[in-house]
Amino acid sequence: MALFEARNIHKRFGARVVLENISLSFEEGQVSGIMGPNGAGKSTCFHVLTGQHRPDRGEVVFDGQRISGLSPQRIARMGVSRSFQLMNLFDDTVVIENVMLALPAFRARQLHAMAAVFSDRVLIDEALAVLDQVGLAGRAWDAAASLSYGDRRALEIAVALAAEPRILFLDEPTSGLGMEATRRLAQLVNRLRDRYTIVMIEHDMRFLFELADRISVIHWGQVIAEGTPAQLGDNKWVRRSALAEATHA
Amino acid sequence: MISLSDIPARPAAWITLPMVVLATVLLATPWLLPAIGLYQYLGIEIAIWIIFALGFNLLFGYTGLHSFGHGAYLGIGAYAFGLFQQNVAVSLWGGLLAAMLAAGVAGALVGAFLSHRRGIYYALLTIGFGQIFWFLAMKLHRVTGGEDGLLGIPRPPLTLGPWQVALTDNRALFYFAAALLMLVLVLGWRLANSPFGRVLQAIRQNEIRARFVGYEVWRFKWTVFTLSAMLAGLAGSLLAMAQQSAYPDVMSLHQSGLVVMMVLVGGGLVSFWGPVLGVIFYFVARDVLGGLTETWLLWYGLIFMAMVMLRPEGLAGMLQSLGRRSPRHPQNATPATEAA
Repeated sequence: MALFEARNIHKRFGARVVLENISLSFEEGQVSGIMGPNGAGKSTCFHVLTGQHRPDRGEVVFDGQRISGLSPQRIARMGVSRSFQLMNLFDDTVVIENVMLALPAFRARQLHAMAAVFSDRVLIDEALAVLDQVGLAGRAWDAAASLSYGDRRALEIAVALAAEPRILFLDEPTSGLGMEATRRLAQLVNRLRDRYTIVMIEHDMRFLFELADRISVIHWGQVIAEGTPAQLGDNKWVRRSALAEATHA
Repeated sequence: MISLSDIPARPAAWITLPMVVLATVLLATPWLLPAIGLYQYLGIEIAIWIIFALGFNLLFGYTGLHSFGHGAYLGIGAYAFGLFQQNVAVSLWGGLLAAMLAAGVAGALVGAFLSHRRGIYYALLTIGFGQIFWFLAMKLHRVTGGEDGLLGIPRPPLTLGPWQVALTDNRALFYFAAALLMLVLVLGWRLANSPFGRVLQAIRQNEIRARFVGYEVWRFKWTVFTLSAMLAGLAGSLLAMAQQSAYPDVMSLHQSGLVVMMVLVGGGLVSFWGPVLGVIFYFVARDVLGGLTETWLLWYGLIFMAMVMLRPEGLAGMLQSLGRRSPRHPQNATPATEAA
């Protein structure tokens, strides 16, 4: 059975139907991709999967447990972690605190009101280890707001990783990144793929085709194609947009 | 950029240099005040309002929750202290406990309504509830004495084991209030840099992210509201002792706005010390400007407006940026190792 499944998800906002009977499943240990044109419902789909929106119909099941309808914080504590497309960091503080706050060890101490966070070696070392995975250990004590765009993206992922997730959702990780930063991000995802189950929404097809084991294509609020990158290479819509991208470049 | 969430140079320290400075100033205050032509009672007022403002800033500055009805809990503390003395027993500790408990219960109830709200809705609800409590204090004549207030509240002696000290003298009451103030200050500083306190600050910075890393945000909001109400209650009990009476006017919208103004002028949005500086500045301005002109509040208001427009980081922010210009600023590259 798949680790994470969405079954017959419907979601509408007012009169606008955004998701119409979407079913997806993500296998443990794989990198799965979700792609589709702008406005196809990718982001809404992501929000439904990770608990920000509640589906009107259908259910989301994680490890045999129904999670649709639970609060985002409950879902997060069960081991579903996500990054954000528009970066969502704690910007008044240093890089390392962004990661520390997401550590399960920090959550375990959340009611400690007299302990000093920044002399707690366990928290600091765990956070440094997470930052090391994304190559930011050297910037640990810098202001989060001072990071470059690409480094902020890496920090987004580090915050998601710090929760020791069983499944990691990345929302358009390459959006706004240049060639070099995108390449570094691909290397990062490649390093993470052995240890995490990863789901990415992505519009950069080259990025997705290079990294994903399986890809689902969403259009008009529906899944219009699914398969390995090799299988999808023949898909009409995929080929057309690949062409568009090539002529664009 | 300076921020409330900057990491202290010595994060594990219970006592910091500014605390020692403040404690020294407090010890000397009964001599300082007459020397500059002011009176003992002012010291008590300042100590009380600092306790109130420190608790308020846990909510306002640290968690980013804008309460404009916090005077209510100060008033509830004052009434609870007085009613306890008059109806239960003349006891200092009993009164303090009753005041904190009463304000805490009121805060917990209101907090339960507030904590799922954000922004303008949160702020408006705090005003609404504040007005309800103020109205009750005005109308429940048999309990609170209405507009006349609750009069004849005694100052019970301080008993510590076999020791007993009378607090009837203003100087003794000042030292007692100052001791409580230092206690609140040390514990508050500790709290601000604890896991609990850092989650509060995370909520201010990004409530959505705080939820997505797994925190029950509303429970934190509720807890900090209740806690700040309890500290307001503590300040209220001291106020009842100081005035030997309790009046509804401290619960009014106007008075609730005062603590917001003090905290903003002092720099509560960027510094733990903001409330302390803001309260001292307000009372000194009141007495010094007030000695010069009857329209001192106009001038204070203009200072407030100028601060908000030109120096939104307040007095604490100005002091910090002065310190930062000096070459010897201890920019802590690795505060963790420093602490270890």
